[in-house]
Amino acid sequence: MAHSLPFQSLTQVADQLAAGQVSSVELTQAVIDQTQAVEDRVNAFISTDSVDALAQAAAADQRRAVGELLGPLDGVPIALKDVIAVRDQPLTAGSKMLEKFVSPYDATVTTKLKDAGAVLWGRANCDEFAMGSSTENSAFKTTANPYDLSRVPGGSSGGSAAALAAGEAIATLGSDTGGSIRQPAAFCNVVGLKPTYGLISRYGLAAYASSLDQIGSFTRTVEDAAIMLGAIAGHDDRDSTSFKTPIPDYRAALAEKKGPWKLGIPKEYFGEGLDPEVGAAVEKAIAFYREQGCEIKEVSLPHTEYCLSTYYIIATAEASSNLARYDGVRYTHRSADAKTVEDVYFKSRAEGFGAEVKRRIILGTYVLSSGYYDAYYLRAQKVRTLIRQDFLNAYQKVDAVLTPTTPTPAFKIGETADPLAMYLQDIYTVSVNLAGLPGISIPAGFSEAGLPIGLQLIGQPYQEADLLAIANTYDSTHDWNSRLPEL
Amino acid sequence: MSETPELNIDRVAELARIALTPAEKAEYSAQLGEVLKHIEQLKQVDVSGVEPSAHAFAVENVWADDVAQAGLTAEAALQNAPAQRDNMIAVPKVVE
Amino acid sequence: MFHIMGYSLPATHYSLLQKMNYEAVIGLEVHVQVKTASKIFTRVGQGYGFDENTLTDPVVLALPGALPVMNKAALDAIIKAGLMLDCEIAEVCKWDRKNYFYPDSTKNYQISQFDQPICNGGYVEIELPGEARNIMGEHKKIPLTRIHLEEDVGKLNHGTNESLVDYNRAGTPLMEIVSDPALQSAEEAYAYLTTLRTTMVYAGISDCDMEKGQMRCDANISIRPVGQEELGVKVELKNLNSISYVRDGINHEIKRQMSVLKKGGIIVQETRDFDGITGTSQSLRTKEDAHDYRYFPDPDLMPVRVDREWKERIAAECPERPFDKQRRFMEEYDLPYTITSVLVPDRDLSDWFEAVVAIAGKAQAQAVGNWIANDLLRELSAAQIELADSKLMPAHLAELVGLIKAGTITKQIAREVFAETFGSGETPTAVVERKGLKDDTNSYELEQWCRDAIAGNEKAREQFLAGKDGAINALKGPVMKASRGKANPKLVDETLRRLLAE
Repeated sequence: MAHSLPFQSLTQVADQLAAGQVSSVELTQAVIDQTQAVEDRVNAFISTDSVDALAQAAAADQRRAVGELLGPLDGVPIALKDVIAVRDQPLTAGSKMLEKFVSPYDATVTTKLKDAGAVLWGRANCDEFAMGSSTENSAFKTTANPYDLSRVPGGSSGGSAAALAAGEAIATLGSDTGGSIRQPAAFCNVVGLKPTYGLISRYGLAAYASSLDQIGSFTRTVEDAAIMLGAIAGHDDRDSTSFKTPIPDYRAALAEKKGPWKLGIPKEYFGEGLDPEVGAAVEKAIAFYREQGCEIKEVSLPHTEYCLSTYYIIATAEASSNLARYDGVRYTHRSADAKTVEDVYFKSRAEGFGAEVKRRIILGTYVLSSGYYDAYYLRAQKVRTLIRQDFLNAYQKVDAVLTPTTPTPAFKIGETADPLAMYLQDIYTVSVNLAGLPGISIPAGFSEAGLPIGLQLIGQPYQEADLLAIANTYDSTHDWNSRLPEL
Repeated sequence: MSETPELNIDRVAELARIALTPAEKAEYSAQLGEVLKHIEQLKQVDVSGVEPSAHAFAVENVWADDVAQAGLTAEAALQNAPAQRDNMIAVPKVVE
Repeated sequence: MFHIMGYSLPATHYSLLQKMNYEAVIGLEVHVQVKTASKIFTRVGQGYGFDENTLTDPVVLALPGALPVMNKAALDAIIKAGLMLDCEIAEVCKWDRKNYFYPDSTKNYQISQFDQPICNGGYVEIELPGEARNIMGEHKKIPLTRIHLEEDVGKLNHGTNESLVDYNRAGTPLMEIVSDPALQSAEEAYAYLTTLRTTMVYAGISDCDMEKGQMRCDANISIRPVGQEELGVKVELKNLNSISYVRDGINHEIKRQMSVLKKGGIIVQETRDFDGITGTSQSLRTKEDAHDYRYFPDPDLMPVRVDREWKERIAAECPERPFDKQRRFMEEYDLPYTITSVLVPDRDLSDWFEAVVAIAGKAQAQAVGNWIANDLLRELSAAQIELADSKLMPAHLAELVGLIKAGTITKQIAREVFAETFGSGETPTAVVERKGLKDDTNSYELEQWCRDAIAGNEKAREQFLAGKDGAINALKGPVMKASRGKANPKLVDETLRRLLAE
């Protein structure tokens, strides 16, 4: 590939930075220039700070000058979804509630990226508090899909996906609670990795649903995803749900792990509602794997039809509690019209939250309320156990499960107004969060209309090295990512 | 299957501390009613003898040793406060 | 509204209860702050008396993205509390979120334990007032329902138009100790809290200073006809922030409920606020506006499993229970009840006592007990210092009682020596040597002083000979004075009697 700097892969720019062929300031400036050129149409970022980014780049160049390179991320501009805390920088979570909030602390992933020398650049737009599948729920702007500006980039990490696709960063971070990394990755022709729950610290990630949320990356290639994961994975004693497990060299594993793999095809993911073009692209990918000597097996995930219901009960219940802290008292928007403490709560939350957040808080409050807990929340927790068991049963027979990432390619902005229809967007992705598994979406072709299509691979808990190797088998031999958006 | 569940929007909005306009109440009730109808399908699942999952992967006894560390200064703690006085957060008078 | 007049109330309301053939049933919910270095779910420091909002961090303030991490020491402390109170320690417990909005809560949910508390059952042994100060009162075991761990909230300071919130206290580890509805009177509640406080302080779990909010109490009070099994409608009394207020509040509430019944009214289930200063209470809320806390397991925290090894390690750290120690002191050292009730409530003092006895021998235990209860406490109080800061060591007191026993010094001289040692830390033997206080009077000298005393007080001699035995005391003073206090009082008495009989 001989793309211009902002469209090169992390691996490519890291090599050039290491070889001194390009400086971090040059690279960062190129990304800033590209952002300025396209941002009025893409609207990927809620805020940017060029001066700060160039200062970080200059510091990276100084390290290089004295031979103290910190690794492949040193000097590389990376954008963060605006739900991840960066000290002394705004953190809005796409909400009016946090419009003026400046974080006094760093998220653990932020610290890790800083330690790796990354140039933190741009706060990517997202659905408010990561609730949505289109990024239309942001209080600030609607991000457009770079491959078709009339369409959504997916969500909730739509800004992160669109920014990468439009050359506004070399890699980005997002968060995935029910598909919020994988679905926008599929819509924007990039690689989106949601690691196993607990592999990456959630400390500093504004919570949507604590037992489902996981930070992950958007990159141009699977190899880039391996580099990013190596930088941000690892146990954190500030997150009680973070898992103690050795972190392998994911990038090296790509070369070491050759397969052949046993891949499971769950029949429940290929039924009604799957767009024929998406289905065809996935079938082609299955055929490719078969040609590579992989064993393709049909597997059954019998509780698939209950995943969405289970997800919406658990996610909204946790959200109703997680978002109670945004109350107008300590650091959020406070209604100018608040005369009593009750006003502070009722009016600030009415003004500060958007419609989708209100809907989910209402639903979550309801399913936890007295008299309904057993019927909804407790039952959903039990079904969650069954959903996880389905996958564990499948993994007795296969190394990974292969599915479409989304039922359809990107839809039109403003097209999906009905909440239930929007929730159905997550139909192939939520199960992965409920089971806590690692999932990756990789580019797998385009529709006739030129819209990207994603392929989802679902791995075994904490076996990201295997999952990435399986994904890389396809990704390293296809060049969908070289088809850039026409902006 | 049971009848369509009832969502008392006034009571739930009260619990959630969100002031809703009559239009919002009507809209959300209708939309969430649809969602709840969909969710009713969970009643079909046989969950007898199944343990609930509160976590993706439950590990036991995750804790830290009791060693005090420095926190935020009062200034940093209050830097985003909508109203403050005497290094404290100010709210309209609370009457219990 | 009824007002309490003085302390005549207990008698009045009990007689009222008895007259109507009713009894009171009381359950207590006691919150005790655990004395850890850091907060329960984050490692910023905790404590009382710091500048406003200087004990916070992202977790305490519930900033976006902050996550809780358990404090091991808080878990150790509640297991210890459970073992001290004979609770069953759960094998597994978990954390739940209790959801409600209030400005003193930063997350608008409190991390607590709903249906799987760490301690179940157990009891608090109480002692009711005895017939007299020197007579032990009746002991009772008040059964506990549970003890769980949770986080404290911040503090609201109310002004005229606004309330100001200080979050220093938010996140302090807090134990909630819930009794069965098994207490029958305000006196029992008073005794219950006294034991609880002593036990917690003994085990080093909390200082239980109610003024600092380290121990707080809510009481659930109902009344019912004697013989009725079913409990009456309960009223929750809040803000009972001293042990005396607990007693006053309960007495007030029982009387209020009796009056309501007497007037043909009905008791309403409600929460009332008791004002200890005015002795009045007012309704805060009724059952209709009861909260819906929407408890659910906290997904940010992992469950706790307590294995046998952990329990045994904590059990090894548990001190003897105060009442067990008191019984042992009375039995093993033959100490009178009154002395044990001075020594035992203070763990340091009772340990100090045993340290002295270990050196001086059990035969000296009563003397040692007396020295501590009378002289040591008086000196400490006069010097306004703690036992730990005293220069008087257990070995010193053991040495002192040894000197008395050996007849080397008199009890009176010993007081002087005690004061010297207490002030300077110089050993009693050294003080006696340096000041020449040894009782080295010979019988000739003593006899001479006695003769002088008799000669100098003819009236006392006559009275004594006329049969008034006490008159001899008037003669002892001049003898002791002449001996500069060193004369053995017993010997003085004997000599005087012999000479008077001549």
